[in-house]
Amino acid sequence: MYSHTHHKPNQPILDVSNLNVRYNGHMALEDITFHLHEGERVAVVGPNGAGKSTLFKVVAGVLQPQSGEVNIYGSRPRGHVCIGYIPQRNQVDWTFPVSVADVVMMGRSAKLGPFNWPHKKDWEFVNHALETVELRNLASRQISQLSGGQQQRMFIARALAQEAELMLMDEPLTGLDTPSQEGILNLLDRLKQERVTVMVATHDLEQAASHFDRIMLLNHRIVAFGKPAEVLHTDNLLSAYGGRLKPIDGQNILNIDDCCDEGEDGHTH
Amino acid sequence: MDTLISLLLQPLSYEFMQRGMLAAVLVGIVCAVVGTYVVLRGMAFFGDALAHTILPGIALGYLVSGGARDTLFWWALGTSVIAALGIGAISKNSQIKEDTAIGIIFAGMFALGIALISTVRSYAVDLSHFLFGDVLSVSAHSLWLILIFGGLVLLTVFLFYKEFTTLSFDPILAATLRLPVNLLNNLLLTLIAVTVAVSLQTVGVALMVAMLVTPAATAYLLTHRLSHMMLLAAIFASLSGIIGLYLSFYLSIASGAAIVLTATVFFMLAFGWKRIKQ
Repeated sequence: MYSHTHHKPNQPILDVSNLNVRYNGHMALEDITFHLHEGERVAVVGPNGAGKSTLFKVVAGVLQPQSGEVNIYGSRPRGHVCIGYIPQRNQVDWTFPVSVADVVMMGRSAKLGPFNWPHKKDWEFVNHALETVELRNLASRQISQLSGGQQQRMFIARALAQEAELMLMDEPLTGLDTPSQEGILNLLDRLKQERVTVMVATHDLEQAASHFDRIMLLNHRIVAFGKPAEVLHTDNLLSAYGGRLKPIDGQNILNIDDCCDEGEDGHTH
Repeated sequence: MDTLISLLLQPLSYEFMQRGMLAAVLVGIVCAVVGTYVVLRGMAFFGDALAHTILPGIALGYLVSGGARDTLFWWALGTSVIAALGIGAISKNSQIKEDTAIGIIFAGMFALGIALISTVRSYAVDLSHFLFGDVLSVSAHSLWLILIFGGLVLLTVFLFYKEFTTLSFDPILAATLRLPVNLLNNLLLTLIAVTVAVSLQTVGVALMVAMLVTPAATAYLLTHRLSHMMLLAAIFASLSGIIGLYLSFYLSIASGAAIVLTATVFFMLAFGWKRIKQ
């Protein structure tokens, strides 16, 4: 019922080649080729509708590409349970009657296997994950009672309980206040120590430059991919964002008119 | 006090009331547990449509068997499972929006059912039994079928509880965990279909959606845990069945309607209580 695939050693954790994805009748992603190594932190930056979520869903094996290949440690994503997909907060039904610990335990559904209920070992995984994200004391809360930053950390805990080696986070920082953003970014540092590879979709170029090993500039195709200093040039950014990018005072400071329309969460019931 | 006890006991001296109570409680529990997923996944319209869609199946069984009631369960079950999986497939692969597609099928099938039944002379009475249920005419044979198939539904929910919950809360997580998402979705549709067949005699086609949705929604207002929601929903549904049948007995109102009205009152009380508390 549940398939697991063993990893081949010495392979890039993620190897994407010539990926083309059609979504709702138009090309969402064109000719995407890149690879990631274990423990890397990559920020995926681009305007709204650039295909960031689509890319994550294809890598996670939830969407099928029209052509091209995704390999994780040398095998196809559909065989893998080691990919943690962390959804945008506005995609989640926060009124669902589950506690924080319940949601984190969901990460272990596959490892548990069919017909099994959580064992002591699984609760240890869940508790450890909750401790890592500093939510242990909120474990029994219903999920709508968490703040935006706590909700995001809960999903990271779920990916940890899942024993994810590749985490895909869809705009985890959008709509969070600065301390909450710092909390998430610190958590990313801890994940790096544990050799977890992380891809984060973000709108914040400054954070992308300061907290990530590499930046992927995406607008249906890869505009640029490399170290922050190599990628964040005016030319590249203009190419990715088009007219929505306004240089300020002719200096090297850029203002991106690409509002994050998600805003602060409307789900504190 | 004595009068109260005799008021409560007197209806139970009739065998049809005992069987009716038992059926109402069993059906209530099964509907409440399955209904929890119906409410959480926003499938109320699907449940309503499914219940109406099985009418031509029942009508056909009715015509074939020459009016005998005992075989109707199997006709209902067969139609219900086929319709559930059919609606599931159509709404997934259709250019038309899901609710429109369901609406077209459900109204068309319902009309076909009415057309079939209208060929029989005693059609008004029989049709009203199918539409609104007739729990007081449940036979011992039907009661066994309710017990067996209701039990199977509950057992399946218990076995796949964590999969159904994960899938309902976050389908993308279920897919990344490589859970068999399509299989589980179809299994859930089948469970709803079996529940509809099991509930047919109690509340009938037209009121079915209330049994699926109302007790579960009442419980949803009062708890933040899924397992508690199922338990509370089952309690509300059982109480609705029992109180509804007493009301039906003493006030001479249709049993299915009385059960649904009681469940609705529970919902309104919970809704009001929640409003006051906030």
